[in-house]
Amino acid sequence: MVQPLSHQPETPSQTAGPYVHIGLMPTYAGNPGYYDEEIGVSPVAEGAQGQVIEIVGSVYDGTGWALRDALIESWQADSAGLFPGQDGADPAVSGHCRFAADAVTGEFTLRTVKPGPVPSRYGRAFAPHISLWIVARGINIGLQTRIYFEDEDNEGDPLLSRIEQRPRVNTLIAKKIGDGRYRFDIRLQG
Amino acid sequence: MTDLGPLIPRDREMHPEPYWPDYKTSVARSPHQPLLSLESGPSEETGPTFGHSRFGALDNNLILNWTKGAAPAVGERILMHGRVLDENNRPVPNTLVEIWQANAGGRYRHKKDTYLAPLDPNFGGCGRTLTDENGYYQFLTIRPGAYPWPNRGNDWRPMHIHVSVFGHSFGQRLITQMYFEGDPLIPLCPIAATIRNRSQLDRLVAPLDMARSRRLDFLAYKFDIVLRGRRQTMFENKLEGM
Repeated sequence: MVQPLSHQPETPSQTAGPYVHIGLMPTYAGNPGYYDEEIGVSPVAEGAQGQVIEIVGSVYDGTGWALRDALIESWQADSAGLFPGQDGADPAVSGHCRFAADAVTGEFTLRTVKPGPVPSRYGRAFAPHISLWIVARGINIGLQTRIYFEDEDNEGDPLLSRIEQRPRVNTLIAKKIGDGRYRFDIRLQG
Repeated sequence: MTDLGPLIPRDREMHPEPYWPDYKTSVARSPHQPLLSLESGPSEETGPTFGHSRFGALDNNLILNWTKGAAPAVGERILMHGRVLDENNRPVPNTLVEIWQANAGGRYRHKKDTYLAPLDPNFGGCGRTLTDENGYYQFLTIRPGAYPWPNRGNDWRPMHIHVSVFGHSFGQRLITQMYFEGDPLIPLCPIAATIRNRSQLDRLVAPLDMARSRRLDFLAYKFDIVLRGRRQTMFENKLEGM
């Protein structure tokens, strides 16, 4: 026998199931007033610095059908590229939002401010992006992705430049559809 | 902010298969392309924090929180408790744990649940709490019932409580389900079976914990949760492309 390792594996994930909104977005689930204050209602408060933007989109399954039961969380830096808790970060940016695909149309909307570039540990900066985490019935482990913006300089981004197939890069870039408005569709498969 | 080091890469062998045909919904909702791997950076190593002030006194008491304390829910009264730790066995303090569940009859208070078992007028099925400085959390609730779901011919979910944990960074974000010791439906469940590693599945099964139960009041089940840890290193060489 060898020496035992002292670390233990992560708890395994399970799907969030069809009723994830009961626990994480009670008002959306039809139970308003469950909590005095729900988590992640908006990633920004009044007075946040930077450009206000709105991102709309849908999460599509392998048949092209938009999920009606997806729950998404976003996490982002402020307009200067600082995350909440870091020195000098904008106090009006909590950075975290929970939003759901509409139960009828399957479309989601994220209203926030556009984040600034974020320096990596090694100096090179990530282009402005918003991290997403997607859970739903049928998704056994939460899916991580990022929203980049087509009107930003994404050339040197360490993540995007790692992607060999350039068509896959386009799937991470939100398309501009108006002044401060973007569309970001998520295709789970196909 | 102190650089605590990159997150330990997620060991996907310890997690469910994304594509699992016995769980039918996963067939069209699992990516065909391989995941891209990247060393964690600020976007993954930071995460939201939640202050104690925004939580109500009954937020972790599902027996009473739907009626704001006016009347208790029906069912088997239980304490669900445990610790949130990281892979290095360090407690994760002040982190948000959220749960949701069906009532004693297996019915969810969700507009989309049309199962014929009735709602309990005194039960909502939703709770949240922050871990203490030792990573400890607890909920008072009722044991949820099993329920049928339209998957294969006659599938029933084992009794379970859904659990969502934040940790201290967005890359630690985890949703899972707690099952109950001795439930004969666990080996029949295609969702539980998405975890191929049997010893990992066993870690989702909470044992009865008589030592934490209270006589003439509630039984207890212990459920510890392990999140990704940080890799502490003296050597951080610049990686290709970073």
